[in-house]
Amino acid sequence: MLSGTGLSVIEATSFVSSKWVPQMADHTDVLRGIQRAPHVQYPVLTPNMQGFQDAVAAGATEVAVFGSASETFSKKNINCSIDESMLRFEDVINTAKEQQIPVRGYVSCALGCPHEGYIEPSKVAEVAKKLYEMGCYEISLGDTIGVGTPGSMFKMLQTVMKEVPADALAVHCHDTYGQALPNILTALQMGVCVVDSAVAGLGGCPYAPGSSGNVSTEDVLYMLHGMGIETGANLAKVIEAGDFICNALCRKTNSKVARARGRTL
Amino acid sequence: MGNVPTTVKHCLSYEQLIQDYPWLRRWLLEEKTITGHEYPKFVKVVEVGPRDGLQNEKEIVPTGVKIQLIDMLSGTGLSVIEATSFVSSKWVPQMADHTDVLRGIQRAPHVQYPVLTPNMQGFQDAVAAGATEVAVFGSASETFSKKNINCSIDESMLRFEDVINTAKERQIPVRGYVSCALGCPHEGYIEPSKVAEVAKKLYEMGCYEISLGDTIGVGTPGSMFKMLQTVMKEVPADALAVHCHDTYGQALPNILTALQKQYAEDPWPYTMGVCVVDSAVAGLGGCPYAPGSSGNVSTEDVLYMLHGMGIETGANLAKVIEAGDFICNALCRKTNSKVARARGRHCDVFP
Repeated sequence: MLSGTGLSVIEATSFVSSKWVPQMADHTDVLRGIQRAPHVQYPVLTPNMQGFQDAVAAGATEVAVFGSASETFSKKNINCSIDESMLRFEDVINTAKEQQIPVRGYVSCALGCPHEGYIEPSKVAEVAKKLYEMGCYEISLGDTIGVGTPGSMFKMLQTVMKEVPADALAVHCHDTYGQALPNILTALQMGVCVVDSAVAGLGGCPYAPGSSGNVSTEDVLYMLHGMGIETGANLAKVIEAGDFICNALCRKTNSKVARARGRTL
Repeated sequence: MGNVPTTVKHCLSYEQLIQDYPWLRRWLLEEKTITGHEYPKFVKVVEVGPRDGLQNEKEIVPTGVKIQLIDMLSGTGLSVIEATSFVSSKWVPQMADHTDVLRGIQRAPHVQYPVLTPNMQGFQDAVAAGATEVAVFGSASETFSKKNINCSIDESMLRFEDVINTAKERQIPVRGYVSCALGCPHEGYIEPSKVAEVAKKLYEMGCYEISLGDTIGVGTPGSMFKMLQTVMKEVPADALAVHCHDTYGQALPNILTALQKQYAEDPWPYTMGVCVVDSAVAGLGGCPYAPGSSGNVSTEDVLYMLHGMGIETGANLAKVIEAGDFICNALCRKTNSKVARARGRHCDVFP
């Protein structure tokens, strides 16, 4: 359904071990089962060479690697230090280059870590630069626990942009504290023009049970379109896709736009 | 005036400079945009939960609960708490206990407790109950005015003129509201010029501050910018406030836009940003035009953003969260504030 909305990138699945993330155990079936729309990319997460090889075997044409600006988060989340993870990713990125498969890099905890708290912008810049220099075409800076504000977003981006050009950056804001949209607005005003979001605001926050996680694609589109910014996406169709998945999961949408749509005007 | 050094501003006629070198203006504007927007150092947060928030609750809230909420808010550092509304109980039963509430609260020093007074009757009742600040509620939409307060915009202005004049004589400040500033549930799009016209009228009649309300929360940074740009030609920025509803999740980016110094092309230099924001503890108050949707933006979420930007408000976020917890327990419902919901989960690393 998302393939028919005009969105040009849809992160399809994750080739991570099913022992760690059982939800993504069907990664191969999903990637093989979808009907790929032309002009749409379907990146998949590949945390290591094994995952990369499985992804390619399943037909992946774009992959992503997931680093962290926080040592503690890196160790707890992927069981290794930041430097060790960079070595793993280097293998993936080099092999991907040979096969002409683009790689997207993520930096989590860019505005704060659930274990370490405040994260120095210079650390975010260091990790982002490493991933960029290794060959990632785009670095998505993630506010993993949604604690950022326009203040910390500005300072972080100012520092990162000294090492990575704005047109290679994306922001991945979580809405746990309701700050995602003002943070995105701040990033756009600084020249970033790629924004990650999730339909219906899918995904909570494992570090704040009961709280929201990803910002809703519908709410992001509503804001961007209201500002005259083109996205290529059709808001009504995204809302439909959101309705579908919420029905399937028997839960309410996290999108305020979806909730309000059709009630006013 | 931009990022021109003070010494330059003093020794040159800046406006003459801009006339002679028009490219200079654009250069300064662009540099300002790239290096970051300027924001006020202090933002006054006007707490409307006890009035605008509770007014939208279906169940009648006991007077004692209203008073306790206001008393708790009085201890948070917020400097303005809209206490109640002296409107006929026939129209708004929730506010029928207005006199008891206003008389029952313990007023903190340095805190204002404005009350809504839609007409002279309401004003007189408010003054009799001890009101020291009042508010009047106009609309930028004719249809909304007629459906909401049963008269045209012009007729409402006449009513308000009476209230404002009488208030002036008693040295009671009057705040003006303009609803439907970014859209109307009946008319749809509202011309910024109409908002400016109504805001100007209220300001010229004597309102010290005009709160521009996105009544159904449909605004975005795009429409907020255009509306404010137009209104600021008629009413100075330091007399404006924004009252954003979060029905479409746009309240915080809209507030952020309002706070940013507006770069008006004409006349130069740009005017300062808005520095007064209305919000409601726990995001009290739904949207009667979008059942099930949220209404007022949460004070907690606004404070979190402002404090995170280094903007002072005088308010203590933890105490506001406490007040929010109290009223949500009393109403047996969950908070609409994302900060309140998440708080305490990360507070060992993020105080």
